[in-house]
Amino acid sequence: MKKTGSQILLESLKREGVEVIFNFPGGAILPIVDELSRWDLKRILVRHEQAAVHAADGYARASGKVGVSLVTSGPGATNTVTGIATASMDSIPVVILTGQVPTPLIGNDAFQEADIVGIARPCTKNNYLVTDVRDLARIVREAFYIARSGRSGPVLVDLPKDVLTNTTEYRYPEKIHIRGYQPTVEGHIPQIERALRLILTARRPVIYAGGGVVSSGASEELIKLAGTLQIPVTMTLMGLGGFPGTNPLSLGMLGMHGTYRANMAVTECDLLIAIGARFDDRVTGKVDAFSPKSKKIHIDIDPTSISKNVRVDIPIVGDCKRVLAKMIALLQKEEALEEYRRSLGPWHQQMEEWRDAYRLAYQQNRVIKPQYVVEKLYELTKGDAIIATEVGQNQMWTAQFYQFDHPRSLLTSGGLGTMGYGFPAAIGAQVAFPGRTVIDIAGDGSIQMNIQELATVMQYKLPIKVAILNNGYLGMVRQWQELFYERRYTLTHLGEVNPDFVKLAEAYGAVGMRATKPEEVVPVIQEALRTPLPVLMDFVVDPEEGVYPMVPAGEPISQMLLV
Amino acid sequence: MRHTINVLVENEFGVLARVASLFSGRGFNIESLSVAETLDPTISTMTIVTRGDDQILEQITKQLNKLVCVIKVMDLEGKEYVEREMVLVKVAAKAETRADILRITDIFRGKVVDIGPKSYTIEVTGDEDKIKAFLELLKPMGIKEISRTGRVALARG
Repeated sequence: MKKTGSQILLESLKREGVEVIFNFPGGAILPIVDELSRWDLKRILVRHEQAAVHAADGYARASGKVGVSLVTSGPGATNTVTGIATASMDSIPVVILTGQVPTPLIGNDAFQEADIVGIARPCTKNNYLVTDVRDLARIVREAFYIARSGRSGPVLVDLPKDVLTNTTEYRYPEKIHIRGYQPTVEGHIPQIERALRLILTARRPVIYAGGGVVSSGASEELIKLAGTLQIPVTMTLMGLGGFPGTNPLSLGMLGMHGTYRANMAVTECDLLIAIGARFDDRVTGKVDAFSPKSKKIHIDIDPTSISKNVRVDIPIVGDCKRVLAKMIALLQKEEALEEYRRSLGPWHQQMEEWRDAYRLAYQQNRVIKPQYVVEKLYELTKGDAIIATEVGQNQMWTAQFYQFDHPRSLLTSGGLGTMGYGFPAAIGAQVAFPGRTVIDIAGDGSIQMNIQELATVMQYKLPIKVAILNNGYLGMVRQWQELFYERRYTLTHLGEVNPDFVKLAEAYGAVGMRATKPEEVVPVIQEALRTPLPVLMDFVVDPEEGVYPMVPAGEPISQMLLV
Repeated sequence: MRHTINVLVENEFGVLARVASLFSGRGFNIESLSVAETLDPTISTMTIVTRGDDQILEQITKQLNKLVCVIKVMDLEGKEYVEREMVLVKVAAKAETRADILRITDIFRGKVVDIGPKSYTIEVTGDEDKIKAFLELLKPMGIKEISRTGRVALARG
């Protein structure tokens, strides 16, 4: 029996195990939207297409599954670009389905036409314009395969309206072979052996773990490897949760706002083992001065990440989980491990000295400190919540003061740094895990970038909690102005014109709460966590609190400003 | 350092744009580019001539390999290979220069492919040095227009 393009699409999504679509409708995708009414497939109507992609992205980060968003042509498609670029920079598997004008109109500047395949090309892992309904099933299959395999990432499929209504025989390809796409998953054994030999001669080794540990599900292996050898571990922003923050071997995050001991350890180590990380400039600071005394091992599934910014001595291309598992297996044969662990004694002692020399800290006085709010959120959720963040100070304080012990519990735009990401990402996470506590830690600036999604959380009764660290500023930009532009706070002061967030929540039917004094923080959080509805918590915090330590852009990471 | 890279790609629309956008998005320059179908009509060859140090070239080849539409990448630098380019030259032909032009063309094993009242159009094939030398010799005669194919290359053996 012949099927329409819309039916083939939905059938194929089912075959790929898709459970939910984050959608905003429009003319070009009406055939799918109409067909959806006959399908048992959950759809979430967001209020802006950017949020559709962030929600799919948050769903993917929290669950490990591919997130799917469906939007219309033209502005619907162009509105997804920030979401796609966000997912691309952080290697998040998302499939974006965009409507397109009918094929005979393509290129005619038709109403709501945009060359989204062209526009999205640099920020997708791959993308497709479907010109014939007979290609549709294969393309959907390829799109999901490419999105989730190798270094995962976003894939866009552009669907002209006539392709959705044309019919053909439906056959979903069981096997898939793309001759230009064969990611290397297994690490090269001789390289792994060389790496191990290097590790066993190191006296000051450090593991630098990134988002690849989370996306490949390599946490257990990392804990095992680091534990067996007693090697300290520092995480990137994307790697938080990939190694437990409360593990005694954890040094916390490194980089621009990393801990003192993490940055010192990376600077002084004799061996740096990078696992699923990409030597981003926010991590390395001044590249020439980054970890200058060390040999470097780099495990990554993406060969382009290796020796891109920093030359490494032993590259290992492969899936982190498999490479680490292989390393652990090889380690079983080693005999002198006890002796090795003992030999790291002085290095561990050095680690303790650095920890005691400068700990993450703040002074809680008569105004609420934002760090205090994050710390209390951690304590009162027992570290079990899924935390989304916006971008800026709120994001960095979360990274510093919430201890992430589990992978996929932090959703944050690391690479692109997208304000407005956290709230819709929290929607995706709450849809994936209806029973879990999901909190968006926000600033008063960034929450307003996708505040319209309050309507979505109300419509689907998603009990997301938003904690606004309200300092009346675009705080991170203000901090840079304070440090590098002689406190000229141009365009960063929001104070008087911010909305009343409590009333705003109430206008949508959500619950609004406010804390203006330190002693109100805990009761507000407790009350919010008890409330089975969406809650916006407005924490009026110290307006000029800064994030420290801080490495000024372009400086070596050992040169930290420590308050 | 100049490198000639042969890239086998899917013969589909958008592939050229993907490759070009990889170069432009990362600030790599393309010196010359030629694309044509291979014996297998589903595959095209791109010959890309580009410049960069070892690290840049490593990134270029890795990034090319990363594209789903790219099947194979061969950097010919350091290998034995032949490289050819064709140029069409329209050169002013006056009574006193005609014989010289024909003689030079002959020496370079070129061919006159069109004759007008005031000009010859000449076809010459060769490597970069040969084409450069040929154009230098014709310059004094008055070159009106040239069109070059860009380089194509194959590994020897």
